[in-house]
Amino acid sequence: MSKGMIEKLKLLPIYILIGFIAFTCVTPFITIIATSFSGHSAILTGKVGLWPVDFHINAYKAVLMDAKFYRSLMVTIFVTVIGTLLNLCLTALTAYPLSKNIKGRKYIMTFIVFTMLFSGGLIPNYFNVRQLGLLDTVWALILPSGISTFNLIILRTFFMGIPKELEDAAFMDGAGQARILWKVYVPLSKTVLLTLGLFYAVAHWNSYMNAMIYIRNSELYTLQVRLRQLVMGDMATQLTGSLSNEDQQVLVLESVKAAIVVVSTIPIIAVYPWLQKYFVKGVMIGALKG
Amino acid sequence: MYPRTNTRLVKSGVSLFKDKNTVLYIMLIPGIIYYIAFHYMPMYGLLMAFKDFNIFLGFGESPWVGLENFKILLGMDDIYRVVYNTLKLNLLNLFCGFPMPIILALMINEVKNRHFNKISQSLLYLPHFFSWVIAGSIISAVLSTSTGMVNNIIKFLGHEPIYFLGDEGWWVFTYVISGIWKDMGWNSIIYVAAISNIDPQLYDAAKVDGANRIHSLFNVTLPSIAGTICTMLILQLGKLLTIGFEHPYVLQNPMVYKVSEVISTYIYKIGIEKAQYSLTTAMGLFQSVVGLIMIFLANALIKKMGEEGIL
Repeated sequence: MSKGMIEKLKLLPIYILIGFIAFTCVTPFITIIATSFSGHSAILTGKVGLWPVDFHINAYKAVLMDAKFYRSLMVTIFVTVIGTLLNLCLTALTAYPLSKNIKGRKYIMTFIVFTMLFSGGLIPNYFNVRQLGLLDTVWALILPSGISTFNLIILRTFFMGIPKELEDAAFMDGAGQARILWKVYVPLSKTVLLTLGLFYAVAHWNSYMNAMIYIRNSELYTLQVRLRQLVMGDMATQLTGSLSNEDQQVLVLESVKAAIVVVSTIPIIAVYPWLQKYFVKGVMIGALKG
Repeated sequence: MYPRTNTRLVKSGVSLFKDKNTVLYIMLIPGIIYYIAFHYMPMYGLLMAFKDFNIFLGFGESPWVGLENFKILLGMDDIYRVVYNTLKLNLLNLFCGFPMPIILALMINEVKNRHFNKISQSLLYLPHFFSWVIAGSIISAVLSTSTGMVNNIIKFLGHEPIYFLGDEGWWVFTYVISGIWKDMGWNSIIYVAAISNIDPQLYDAAKVDGANRIHSLFNVTLPSIAGTICTMLILQLGKLLTIGFEHPYVLQNPMVYKVSEVISTYIYKIGIEKAQYSLTTAMGLFQSVVGLIMIFLANALIKKMGEEGIL
């Protein structure tokens, strides 16, 4: 055996170990997918592993035909889309002036960064939202997370790296600051803005606590709240009420639960390749910043 | 900042430069309003900790009670248990969860196969992007005593099924392992980045001196990322009293409240559900202040070690 081969063989345990850990990371999710497509008795007798047994799509039919689930899906999509657009506008509008040498910039930055270190906490936040009359409105899910300070810092850093000459040239052509932001800075930072949009969208999609605290009206429940209730068993009878057999209820619930989990993760999986690419970069920027 | 433009404008006597900045300040208004309305107003609301808040009187009219709420808190038995649980879970997380990403990063570094690394890293980071609600649903399904995969294996091996989320000891175990499962891959990124920044010449020099892989690991790689490790460790220590809400909350159930109730979930339950607003605000204030002090201490410590601070 050549020396290179021996070297490679020595690495085999490491390959196996990393492979095993990586496999463990996704196995639970694969089981859920398998369960969501599996037959009732197969789930109960523990036959379902990584592959569906007695394949069928009844669970998905039950989920997608459920009016409440459908409504939650719409609320979540609305919050994610409108919330992300608002996030991007607010973040860009705030980051732009702060990337310029305006007077008092340092104080404004301190004012903003301080909120990363200290917060009012749960109860004062709740009363604040209540005071503003946002309780039980969809805006309670959007406005309180208007700007992520972390994302703001990333965008500001990027804006600061755009050559001044471009701005000067536009200025000479008679463009005002708003125009320069819109016609010069936004097109130049398309990738960064898309990345931040992805960050924001995932945060909105995954957000649970705000909906739990600020929303009492079940018409406005988000997907995460629904899912949580389902897992807690609150909705067990509602979703499977049509089935008479008690055993069947439990069984349907397992595959229906699994189907809801899968449906709730589809958007995340869909954007995952980009997420992974840019999130890693984001962490690096964060790491460099400290 | 705009020397050329500026002088030209001043020379031509146009005060456009001033106008230019006015627009910038106008742009800042929505952002500033956001920070005041959703960050600084709640901070003002923290004054509730020093009042006996009455929902019918409102914030302004409720009477001041000084430190009364803090005294009541100190007299509550629950508090000590909740703070103890928070510290215990955080410390266990630190001991078990902190070294794992480092070990993983060191292993990834040894593997030079790009395709293998890419695929395994894609799988390793995935759980990080699931919300805790989704992760919690997956965990409770996989660990279920009747239909869960883990217990199926345990039963197949001839043992009694384990009620992971219903038994106090196993709950703590599940909490720690699920935290590692969700974020180990993700937390390794920073170490992988630190390792990739090491000058390859150091390894070449070590090789010339006759070092094998193990020698390089202990004499080149680890010393090179020691700074990053220390910084991360101190940051973690600074957060010992701060605990996320969702991770413990989605795994909680009535059978294990004794070990699973932590500061964040307790504030929610007593505050929002039982309407003890002043008391829980006082608790939150205590936590925020301790958190702030710890961050400054951590920052000072990191700077003292010669690393770049976080503030």
